[in-house]
Parts: sequence; C-alpha cells; structure tokens
Amino acid sequence: MSTEPLAASLIVLRDASVTFGAVAAVRKATMRVRERDFIAIVGANGSGKTSLLRLLHGVVAHTGSRFVPRPSVVQAMVFQRPFLLRLSVLNNVRIALWLADRHVSASGREARAIQALERVGLGALRHRQARSLSGGEQQRLALARGWAVRPDILFLDEPTASLDPSAKKDVESLLAGFAAEGMTLVMSTHNLGQAKRLARRVVFMDEGRIDVDLPTADFFAAGTPGRAGLFLKGELSWSLDG
Amino acid sequence: MVARWMKQARRRAVIGIACAASLAWTHTLVTAQERSITMASTTSTEQSGLFAHLLPAFKQATGIDVRVVAVGTGQALDMGRRGDADVLFVHDREAEEKLIAEGFGLKRSDVMYNDFVVVGPQGDPAGAKGNDVVAALAKIADKPASFLSRGDKSGTHAAELRYWKLAGIDAPATRFAGYKECGCGMGPALNIASQSDAYVLSDRGTWLGFRNRGNLAILVEGDRRLFNQYGVIVVNPAKHPHVKVQLAQAFADWVLSPAGQQVIASYKVGGEQLFFPNASR
Amino acid sequence: MSAMTESFATAFRLIVHADPALVRTVALSLAVSGSACLCAAAFGLGSGAWLAVARFPGQRAVLLSLDTLLALPSVVVGLVVYLLLSRSGPLGSLGILFTPTAMVIAQTILVLPIVAALARQVVADALREGGDQLRSMGAGAFASALLMLLHERWAVATLMLIAFGRAIAEVGAVMIVGGNIDGVTRVMTTTIALETSKGDLPLALALGIVLLVAIALINVAIVLFRTGGGSLAVETR
Repeated sequence: MSTEPLAASLIVLRDASVTFGAVAAVRKATMRVRERDFIAIVGANGSGKTSLLRLLHGVVAHTGSRFVPRPSVVQAMVFQRPFLLRLSVLNNVRIALWLADRHVSASGREARAIQALERVGLGALRHRQARSLSGGEQQRLALARGWAVRPDILFLDEPTASLDPSAKKDVESLLAGFAAEGMTLVMSTHNLGQAKRLARRVVFMDEGRIDVDLPTADFFAAGTPGRAGLFLKGELSWSLDG
Repeated sequence: MVARWMKQARRRAVIGIACAASLAWTHTLVTAQERSITMASTTSTEQSGLFAHLLPAFKQATGIDVRVVAVGTGQALDMGRRGDADVLFVHDREAEEKLIAEGFGLKRSDVMYNDFVVVGPQGDPAGAKGNDVVAALAKIADKPASFLSRGDKSGTHAAELRYWKLAGIDAPATRFAGYKECGCGMGPALNIASQSDAYVLSDRGTWLGFRNRGNLAILVEGDRRLFNQYGVIVVNPAKHPHVKVQLAQAFADWVLSPAGQQVIASYKVGGEQLFFPNASR
Repeated sequence: MSAMTESFATAFRLIVHADPALVRTVALSLAVSGSACLCAAAFGLGSGAWLAVARFPGQRAVLLSLDTLLALPSVVVGLVVYLLLSRSGPLGSLGILFTPTAMVIAQTILVLPIVAALARQVVADALREGGDQLRSMGAGAFASALLMLLHERWAVATLMLIAFGRAIAEVGAVMIVGGNIDGVTRVMTTTIALETSKGDLPLALALGIVLLVAIALINVAIVLFRTGGGSLAVETR
C-alpha cells in the first residue's frame, strides 16, 4: 500500500447498477475516481466499459449511489466517433464553450477556442469545415473541445479505436500531456498496450462487474488473479500491440 | 478570414434587405388606396371586360379607385350582407330586392342590361333555333338533348331556372337525363359545353370573348325575356358603419348619370355593343 | 398539341417583352409566397424543433393533428381566414380582407404545418445521431434542438423550398381572401385560373410556363448563393 496521503475523491460509486431493459450493463459497481487519476477501464466487448464510463460521467440512469463530493467539478467527455457540427473547426469549439458556460464573453470564447486548437495542433485548420478533417484530426478536435472547457475530469470512450497508428500516437501523446498538466482522465479501451502506456490505474470489467481495480504495474505483473489473468493471457498476444 | 466574414455578412445583408423590401412593398399596396372602394360584382361582368373600360373613366372623373372582387352573384350579395364590400353591381333583381328588404342595401337602381343567348351545337339536334327561349328549352328537354347548367347560384343560373319554370319544368335535373350541372363560372361552363356538344345558357359578353368555341354557335337570341338587368346597390352604413358610403354613392351616382351611361354604351366587343344603359331618369 | 406549342411561343414572347402588368403579377406572387414562408419559418422551425424534444401529455395527439394539417386543402384555409377577416367576423375591424396581407396570412397558415412537421423530423433524426454528445457537452433539450437546426441547415433550406412550392402553387386560399382584384391582389395562379375560366387556354398555359420559369430562376439563384458563399469542402464523415 502506498504511504502518500490519498488525493481528494471526485466521484464515488457505491453499489451502482445500470440496467437497460432486461440487460444489466453494470452490476453493483463500487469505485472512486480521485484527483490526478489516470484510469483505464478494460475488458472484453460488451463487458460494460462504456456504461460504466457514462455512469461515472453521470449521463445515465442508475440505481445505487453516485456521489460527487464537490458539485462544481467540471466534466467533459470524448467519444469514439465524435459528433461534429457542420461548422468550422473553430466554431465547433466555440459552441462547446458556449454550452459549458453562457457567461463567458464572445471574445473570451474565441480566445480560449484558439488556444485549445493550438494545444492539439489544429490551429492552422481552424477555418476548415470540421467534417472535412481526417479521422485523427477530428478526434484531436474533440480533444480540443473537451480541453477548452478546462475540465477537472475528462472521460474518453475508446478514443483511438477508429484511428490509424500515427493518429493514435498523436492522441496518446496529447492525453499524456493533459495528465501531466494535472487533469484527471478516465478512459475505456480494449487496447491493453495503451492502458499500460498511459494509465496509472486499471479497472477490469467482466460481464458488468468490476473484477479488478489495481495500479497499472500491479495489474500487468504476473499472477493477476481470476478472469483478469485469463483475459491478460488470452488477449496478450494481439492486444499488446503499439 | 476577413474576406470570408464579409462574404457571409453580405449574403445576410442581401437576404435581410430582400425580406424587408418585399414586406414593405406588400404593405404599400394596402395603405396606398385611401380613396378607394370595394365593389362586389360577378365573374361574368368582369370577364366581359366592361370594368377595364368603365372604371378608368370613373377614376378620371372622381379620382376614386374601384377594387372589384368578382365572384358569383350569391357570394357578391353575401359580401354585401357581411359588409365586405361598399357597393354591389349584380344582375339578379329578385335577390337584390330581398337584400334591400333585409336592410343591407340603401337602394337599388337599374343601370344597364345585357342579354343572354342559348348556345348549342351547330347541328341543333333539338331544333331549338329561333327567338323563343321557353319553346327552345322545352324542345331540349323533350329530345332529350345535352344541356349544361352553371348550377352555382349565380345570376345566370337563377335566370336559367326561371326559364325552365316558364317551360313548365320545375327541377330540370330530375326531369331529363341530358341535364348536367358543373357548379362553375360562365367560362368553364362554355368550355365543358364545347367539349361535350351541349346546349348552354350564356350571357352574350362572355360568349363574345370566349375563344374555345368548338362546334358551338348562338341558336336562340332576341327573346325579351333573355334580357339581363343589372342593378347597383350601395351597402347600408347603418348595418356596417365602416362602409365608405360617400365614395360608394359617388360611384352609383356617376354610373347612373348621363356621363357614366354613355361610357357603358360605348363599350364594344368585336364592334358590337354589349351593355345597354337603362337608368331611369 | 398545337395549343402547347402556341403556349410556349406565347410564354417566350411574354418573358422577352416583360410586360409591366405581368412583371407586377409575378412579383406579387413571389412577394406573397415568400413572405408567407418567412413567417412560417419564424414560427414553424422553432415549433418543430421544440416538438422534437418536448415531452408532455397529449403529445401523440398533437403530432397526429400536425400530420393531418399537412393535407389541409388550400380552399378550406381560404374560407376560414375569410370568415375571420370578414367585416362580420371577429377580426373584421382590422380591415385587411382583400389585401395582400390577408393572402400572406392565409398562405402562412397553409405552409406552417409543413415547416413544423418536417423541421421536427429533421431535428429528431439529427438528435438520434448526436443528441447524446451534445447533452454531454451541457446542452439542454431545446438548445440541442436549435443546434441541430443549424447543423442541418441544408435540410432546412430544402424543406423551406418545399413550403414555398406549396405556397406559390396554390390558388384556393389567395382567390378567396384576396378577391383576385386586378392590380391589387391578382397573382399568377389566380390569373391563370381567370384566363382558364375565360376559355383562353393557351394564354393560361403560357402564364403557367412563365411562373415556372420565374421559380426556376429563383432556384438557380439559391444554388449560386450556396456554392459561391458557402464551403465547397467535401465531408468525409
């Protein structure tokens, strides 16, 4: 066990469940997201990763308890395929800022939007139509959209699943940069190599249950118990790619 | 970037100006005509072209614009009852006098008359040709030949039913198979009759202006009973205070005056006089 | 067939000579129907967007009524508006019967259901695709709906063209509430009806061709606007 003082909790789940009709997507999840965490949620397809993510983000109905100690916590989410409006790159970010806080002035929004685009390397493309960007560029735009609102927590749902290797690398380095700036990140991924590279903590889901919740090093060490161990062994050969 | 903004701004400005201009323009049409009256008349009168000849002369004499709403006689009289017109100019004496009796009109005055003709296929299968409309209708019913009625409660339709009654036929629709009603105006009725080689009662004016004659020709004319009397009525301001009674009375006075009567007489179609002024002195 | 060729020749002559009365009639048609579409857009787009996201009891009844109103006969609209605006009617004191304003009102009522119903569909479909993500960005229901109207602006433009087509092509409503007064409320469709009833079918057809040409020119102008001022970039997703 670590002897550092525990960082503050941002989101606490206690026996929280999410059900869609007859299907239980998340069963009695208990976990907490702390400041400066970088959590990777892993598991097979259909294990409930996306639902757990949405549960943490607070956009899905649930039973059990989801507690946010500091209600002023700012959250943002990035999806596997970002929904971009048929507007320019810059305007997509400006609208995200407008939605997040109606009180910022128009010029303030423009400045922050440009800053966000520069941060992800899209500054030169700001007047292009958002939908004309490549897949990697669109995902970076989504990251800019998220980063611009200065979130305390950034949720990401398989952010690189649809990207080619070089775009994936760009996104990963941006995420590492965000984490270094002090942002809390919670990311679902089916790419174990990515989890190992980026995350400080790994949550393994199996059929809706949180099976394992360990620091990264411990998770990937030999002798991981139960189904997680099987998952690692079985997935290892093809999921640990770069 | 500035160029792009300017292009977008220019687009928006053009659209905005276009909207404002169109709304302003439609509005001017409303407010421009202060010295104007609304006249309810019949489609056959308007289609005869009389108003294009008569009203400019009236405007020149008095500066008053007359806006004609041309509908069926029934609807024209209804407009009088509702107060949607200032003056009525129709040709159904019975219905006009009923309107006066109900108190919706000030007074009814004879203005002019035109006549009806019976038009039919040139071969005249019923042998209707002549100058006796009642005899002609009886023969048409006896044959039985095809007859097309307007069936729209217009002045022409009312006259037609009167002639059938004189021929001893109260409800022609039930009496013989060839009788058809179209519920339409004079022009469409002539269209249908020309397509189906039917007999039809028409006012002379519409017939003279009608282009689509097909096989039709005038078969019955000159019967005094075919004369079609027009009346002018000013709508009663007691029932509808907003009626522009002075301007409407100016129209009635003018059209009954020698000057107005002369303009009526001077209107010709194909060299023929269509309307015969008969205002009482 | 000779009536057709005569009509095309007449139409060509009418367009080339640009007779002032004809130009005025065409302009009035465009102004009345255009104004009606602007008013319908102002009320209908917002209503349609709201209907796509609102939840209230009796919602299905409202949507059913809206769909029924799509088939409202123009002559029925004309009759109802006439009775409202008649001097003997509730709004008679406004004195706008037999004016272009009355025609605009009637046509607005006629096309409003089209605008609202189609806008609702466009917004609902768009929200199915991206509503979740907008919500996660903090957009409330109505804000999402309005953003989707902006996002789908070309679909909105198309539905407005449909509404405009319905308005400019109708004759029943404008005939009754306008009175077809020469030089005041006579539009192209009522003129065509008048010439038809006078039996001058070739002229009526020629006027119909002129009207179609006018509408085609407007569509050309819209396409030029779109490619000239907007973006030519191709969407990849």
